Amino acid sequence: MKNKEQEIYIQRFDAYSRILHILIITSFLSLALTGMIIKFSGYPTFQFISDLLGGYEVTGFIHRAAAFVTFGYFFLHIYYLIRKLVNKDMDPKYFYSGENSLVPNKNDFKEFVQTMKWFLGVGPRPRYGRWTYWEKFDYFAVFWGVAVIGLSGLILWFPEFFTNLGLPGWFINVSTIIHSDEALLATGFIFTVHFFNTHFRPDKFPMDPVIFTGCVPLEEFKEDRPREYERLINTGTLEERIVNPPSSALLKVAKIFGFTAFTIGLMIIVLIIYTMIFVYQ
Amino acid sequence: MMKYIFLLFLGFMTLQAQDENESCFDCHSDQELTKEHNGKEISLFVEAGKFSESVHADMLCVDCHEDVDPEDLPHDEELEKVDCSNCHDTEEFNEGIHSAKNIECYDCHSKHEIQFTSNLIENQVDFCTTCHQKPSVKNYTKSVHFATSKDGEGPKCLDCHGSSAHGIKDAKLTEPELHEMCASCHKDAVVDFENSLHGKALSRNQFLAPNCITCHNSHEIRSAKDVKSKTYVMNIPNLCGDCHKDGTTVSAQKGIGQRHILANYSQSIHGDGLFRRGLTVTAVCTSCHFSHKILPHENPNSSINRDNIANTCMQCHSQIETVHQKVINGELWEKEPHKIPACIECHQPHEVRRVFYEERLDDEMCMDCHSRKDISKTVDGKKVSLFVDADEVHGSAHKENSCIKCHTNVSTENNPVCLSSGKVDCSICHAEAVEDYTASTHGQLHAANDSDAPYCTDCHGDHGIKVKADVKSVTFKQNIPMLCGECHKEGGVAAKRYKGEDHNIFSNYQMSIHGKGLSKSGLLVTATCTNCHTTHRELPVADITSSINPVNIAETCATCHLGVYEDFKESVHSPLVTKTDKKLPACNDCHLSHTIERVGEEDFRLQILNQCGKCHEEVTKTYFDTFHGKVSKLGSDKTARCNDCHGSHNILPPINPNSTLSRDNIVETCKTCHPNSNRKFVGYLTHATHHDKDKYPFLFYTFWFMSILLVSTFAFFGLHTLLWLPRGLAEKRKQRKAKKNQPPKE
Repeated sequence: MKNKEQEIYIQRFDAYSRILHILIITSFLSLALTGMIIKFSGYPTFQFISDLLGGYEVTGFIHRAAAFVTFGYFFLHIYYLIRKLVNKDMDPKYFYSGENSLVPNKNDFKEFVQTMKWFLGVGPRPRYGRWTYWEKFDYFAVFWGVAVIGLSGLILWFPEFFTNLGLPGWFINVSTIIHSDEALLATGFIFTVHFFNTHFRPDKFPMDPVIFTGCVPLEEFKEDRPREYERLINTGTLEERIVNPPSSALLKVAKIFGFTAFTIGLMIIVLIIYTMIFVYQ
Repeated sequence: MMKYIFLLFLGFMTLQAQDENESCFDCHSDQELTKEHNGKEISLFVEAGKFSESVHADMLCVDCHEDVDPEDLPHDEELEKVDCSNCHDTEEFNEGIHSAKNIECYDCHSKHEIQFTSNLIENQVDFCTTCHQKPSVKNYTKSVHFATSKDGEGPKCLDCHGSSAHGIKDAKLTEPELHEMCASCHKDAVVDFENSLHGKALSRNQFLAPNCITCHNSHEIRSAKDVKSKTYVMNIPNLCGDCHKDGTTVSAQKGIGQRHILANYSQSIHGDGLFRRGLTVTAVCTSCHFSHKILPHENPNSSINRDNIANTCMQCHSQIETVHQKVINGELWEKEPHKIPACIECHQPHEVRRVFYEERLDDEMCMDCHSRKDISKTVDGKKVSLFVDADEVHGSAHKENSCIKCHTNVSTENNPVCLSSGKVDCSICHAEAVEDYTASTHGQLHAANDSDAPYCTDCHGDHGIKVKADVKSVTFKQNIPMLCGECHKEGGVAAKRYKGEDHNIFSNYQMSIHGKGLSKSGLLVTATCTNCHTTHRELPVADITSSINPVNIAETCATCHLGVYEDFKESVHSPLVTKTDKKLPACNDCHLSHTIERVGEEDFRLQILNQCGKCHEEVTKTYFDTFHGKVSKLGSDKTARCNDCHGSHNILPPINPNSTLSRDNIVETCKTCHPNSNRKFVGYLTHATHHDKDKYPFLFYTFWFMSILLVSTFAFFGLHTLLWLPRGLAEKRKQRKAKKNQPPKE
């Protein structure tokens, strides 16, 4: 076994991103669980979980509190982006294109086609850069999700207020469907696709702790994102990115936290699938 | 020729007599002619004119005064007494009482003015009272006999006192003579009297026994219509009371069961009518006991015998059947008259209302045997105690009743009298209750000889029976559930045969709002078994006449919950409003029967959805697709459920302006939970479904858009993952192989 101390680590996520993700994980899990409880309120399993958490009033409170956190990190991120732009840390052009941009571009489409070929065994593994196309999708999915679920959620939270503004009553019903189905989509996506793409895919299994530690071993980085590695070598900024390996304590906490989140998430998705297939009409 | 000679002779004789008497009148026409006799001055005046009109006008004075010689006048002052027997047969008179009392002929006939008898008594009916001055006799002139004697009908003195005036032997008649005499005209009355209690006593020469005279007087016999008569209706109670009031020898000596007869009578409705209201149509002693045919009530011919009393009362109370239809109208009256209580069993004979009638088979006789603790009989090989606890009876509601009032089949022909007297038939008095019972399931089973079926005594007890108002009574309100529960609780004999779904009714009732009201809050106004199922007419729910049949249950509940019923009656659920062949909900469909709860209770609120959902399946299902429904499924009783919006008893269709959901009311209705409710807000579709494209197109398309988005996303990434997984695994294997082949770094 190699000594970890000797391994070289590369910084991938700054503290802000990591904290943001932890906020997302906690609030999202809470929202998903308490939301599913009400979506599937007719089923004993969910009623049991509701009772376990202290009843519908507690789950309702958790849901709203988590929504509050969600709005918090949503606006925090907006603020982060605006600040970056205003402070000219970032060229606006660089903001929507380039290696660090999360905005999808032609190259992503090219990489997707290459990926397909690779999957089918007719091509090599694409040389992914800083953000793969599925990672970009994840990012915008959250953006889209928070906006849609958040707004429809607010309508459901304050129906009198919104109808008073002139929103028709039936829009509350529409909001319910949007909120509920979009949440189902988000939950289903995160707990299956995101989990697999990021953690359960064979080369990362069982977990990629990078989102908690913020850094990856150089060896792994080289293999996983060769184009990004090259870019760092070419620009000579690799050295800047080299950081100390994560402490074993941090790794341990990350693992406990991560696996807890997995467990909850997987449990929720299993329950959803079970209910959808066997009980829900 | 001979005629002329006779006339000549007669004329001669008259002339001769006048001539001869003339010399007597010479002196005796002097009005002042007197003589002294035994120190008394006696007039010797004879009125010639009156004498000449008397029957003796043709006779010479000396024909009677034989010791006077007309040739030798004046004659001696003291003359012999005229002896009428010289001419008249006085044999009869001499044997009579008048002769014995030294009454002389002339005391009645006078001396010189003698008239035909007819003139004396026939034409002058009150002649005898000339001497008989005693009021009791003299008042004959006030009697009905005297009044009618003038028409030749009423008896005169001699009609009763012997055939002729001379033969009167004794004024005091013997009883047979008296009866015979009265019977000659009043035959029926006398026969009745002789057979009566009074007559029998009289024939036994019993002291104090009354005869005709006792009531009717001897001479002053007045018509019963005469207000002065002792037998006038107003005077009857006094007349009878002379002997029968308290303190008289009769009432003291005779074993008459009734006490304070007169006092009670005067307090009774009859006495009140007579004395206070002056009604002559009211009943007096003789109305019930009859005037002459007075018989003890044991006598089957007595007007007050149990079997006859109704007829007696019906003399006046002819509409008795219509006012007593509960008891009388129906088959019992015709088929089993002995089961009907006699009038006096309810309407105490002399008193009002209190019922107590001493029967000839008195309670003491029964208790002689039944107070023995070891007394028993054997029925089907089982020993059944026949002991009757007298204290228990005396503490019971029937303490005023004599034994045989209930045990009617007791007969003196049996020995013992109660042999095979059978079960008590309570319908004798409680006809309506028993009629209900007979119609009930209990009664039907009992009629079918089902040993599980309760009889009257199983619920009410027997000798210790108490009124339901008595807290110690088993039928006291608080004790009813225990009483019914004995058979109907789970495992009880009734519960075992029950085939329906409503189990644990006894324990459920105890936990229900009604049961808690009774046991915890101590309320007597709460509903117990009998309030809903009736006391005697319990019938299964399927029976259309049952109080708990869906058709009737609302009215049954309305006996207490009237206000609710008034609302319900107007609501869309009322059969009066909605005509449908589908089942409309009755009270118990929402409130349940034995597990009924306070409506505010969480369980009730959660339950209501299932109840409405039984019929309103579609809207309930869609209700659960909305927020209210979803949260309620998590056990929330705070979110709106059916009745919060639709109302409970006053449910009306939303098009009705009075509906809680009408355009005018809905904003307010929503405000009960959503204080900021507004016109747009109430447009929320509380029963929306996204499956109905025509009704809710927005929801339908939203749902399908979202579903397609969901499905396509998953399809895409699902495939993506499925392709990735084998590739990833292959890659991993390749890496491992490469690692193995590579020598490890330092």
